[in-house]
Amino acid sequence: MSALVIDSLEVVFGAFRALDSLSLAVDPGEVRAVIGPNGAGKTTLLDAITGIARPRSGRILLGDGRDLTQASEAEIARAGVRRKFQKPSVFPALTVRENLGLGCGPDCPARERPVRLARALAETGLEARASVPAGALAHGEKQWLEIGMVLASEPRVLLLDEPVAGLSDDETARTAELIGALRRPDRAILVIEHDMAFVEAVADRVTVLHEGRTLFEGAMAGARADARVIDVFLGR
Amino acid sequence: MSGALDLSPGIPAARRRGPILGGDPLLAGLVGLVLAAALGLVLLPPAPYLVNTVGQLAAFAILAVSLDLVWGYLGILSLGHGLFFAIGGYVCAMHLLAHAYAVTGTAPDLMQFMGWKSLPVYWAGLTSAPYALALALGLAAAVAFVFGLASFRSRVNGVYFSIISQALVYVAMLLMFRNDTGLGGNNGMTGFSLLFGWPMGAPGVVTGLAVATLLSLAAVLVGARALVASPLGRRMLACRDDEARLRTLGYGTTRLKLGIWCLSAAIAALAGLLYVPQVGIINPRVLSPDLSIEIAVWVAIGGMGRLGGAVIGAIAVNALKFWLSAAMPEAWPFILSGLVLVVVLGLPNGLLDLATLRLKPNWLQRAGPQP
Repeated sequence: MSALVIDSLEVVFGAFRALDSLSLAVDPGEVRAVIGPNGAGKTTLLDAITGIARPRSGRILLGDGRDLTQASEAEIARAGVRRKFQKPSVFPALTVRENLGLGCGPDCPARERPVRLARALAETGLEARASVPAGALAHGEKQWLEIGMVLASEPRVLLLDEPVAGLSDDETARTAELIGALRRPDRAILVIEHDMAFVEAVADRVTVLHEGRTLFEGAMAGARADARVIDVFLGR
Repeated sequence: MSGALDLSPGIPAARRRGPILGGDPLLAGLVGLVLAAALGLVLLPPAPYLVNTVGQLAAFAILAVSLDLVWGYLGILSLGHGLFFAIGGYVCAMHLLAHAYAVTGTAPDLMQFMGWKSLPVYWAGLTSAPYALALALGLAAAVAFVFGLASFRSRVNGVYFSIISQALVYVAMLLMFRNDTGLGGNNGMTGFSLLFGWPMGAPGVVTGLAVATLLSLAAVLVGARALVASPLGRRMLACRDDEARLRTLGYGTTRLKLGIWCLSAAIAALAGLLYVPQVGIINPRVLSPDLSIEIAVWVAIGGMGRLGGAVIGAIAVNALKFWLSAAMPEAWPFILSGLVLVVVLGLPNGLLDLATLRLKPNWLQRAGPQP
């Protein structure tokens, strides 16, 4: 059974069809990368899943059959879907610890909260910075903090929006390692990324989007060999 | 206070017991000062006009704190808080007139003007002070609820919200200028003669009002501090800085904003309720848009997002205004504008910046999100 099912989703902005009957299924335990040229609809897809953009038609379902298509952003998050935004979205006025505390989510049982906080601090390597306001962190640290916030809720579906954009090669390698460590049998991970080497390193399968439709789905090696993918995206 | 407003599950009650004033020495000092002033007014009463001035300043400070709660901590700039202040003030005036009418039998001016034999039906019960108090706070919160629900649900934010709040107070002013509302029309309401059966001008009543206002200010500060230091307060800051992000972490923000917004309106009404018996009049001028903007100016000058800053701003600006509008009235608008410019350009966190004496203003690094 899939962890996340996108069923003939259509998102329209005015006359522009950002997603055109797009279907996609991500299995639990899978890391799926969504790639495609600019304007292909990658970020719109994440916006639709997280409730920020409203689809005109189609459905978004979780593994347990929950329909997220019309749910609010908060309801979707409480159903176990978390998103790491492209630009690090942390709360600058709150400390690292308070940010992670909010990351646990409103439904986190009181007993579990300190455990999750400690684990998130350890995983992100921010223990020494726990009492620092997030606004005072360096760019890389903010990225890690946001990943920690997203993980503190133990999401079943994890959405990563260009996690290595603007990072150095070294930081990219560390992030690839981290994503490997985030993989769990009961968790589906969806990554949007431009960096092909990074995608090859982390993803089990890739979905290539073009003009809001699926152009290709399968292993990265297959995408590299696919004539249409080469045509629109990878280049000859 | 925060218990009644706990809008979401999952936060254990024990964590809400943070340091109440321990984490904020400035605020603790201010609360101490306010209580000392209250004691001083009782033990060593100065001239009645001075007592009265202190009481009015304290009412403005409460009003500023109510705006700081939503603007400084939640990012909602209301340019219509005069509406809630006026609701408190009008209900208080109605109580004072109804009370005096019941005791002395002399009809209030507005009945005589309109040639009415009795007060309109919605004045019923206002002879009772507890009912008047409940009505003032409840009506302000109810108006705020309706306006807030409509705005926050349709995600009206930022300047759009500010402009609509300004329009709302303007509409209320036009309504109150009408003479057939039964609320005094353009003359407003004045001639309050009795407070709880005591003659209004008696020194004991003047002192009592000022002390009650100071004690209310101290209570509002302690309560507001408890709120902003609680987990709910952290959620307010998160909502202020990135509301969309907070929603995608699973927190509904509409209820949070609505709850604090209504609380703020009720506190503003409390300020109006305490203010009106001290100035002895209320009229639609209190609903003029420029007064509502001025409240935001007090908070900005004192330092927003710091409860102490709102108090300092309200008291400093109004004390200056009391003094200068008597000494050189035509200069006051220029001085106020100059103060705003100084704060915007040099002291982005208001007068509180002076305490840290930052030689280089930090507005450059505040100009945008961190890279």
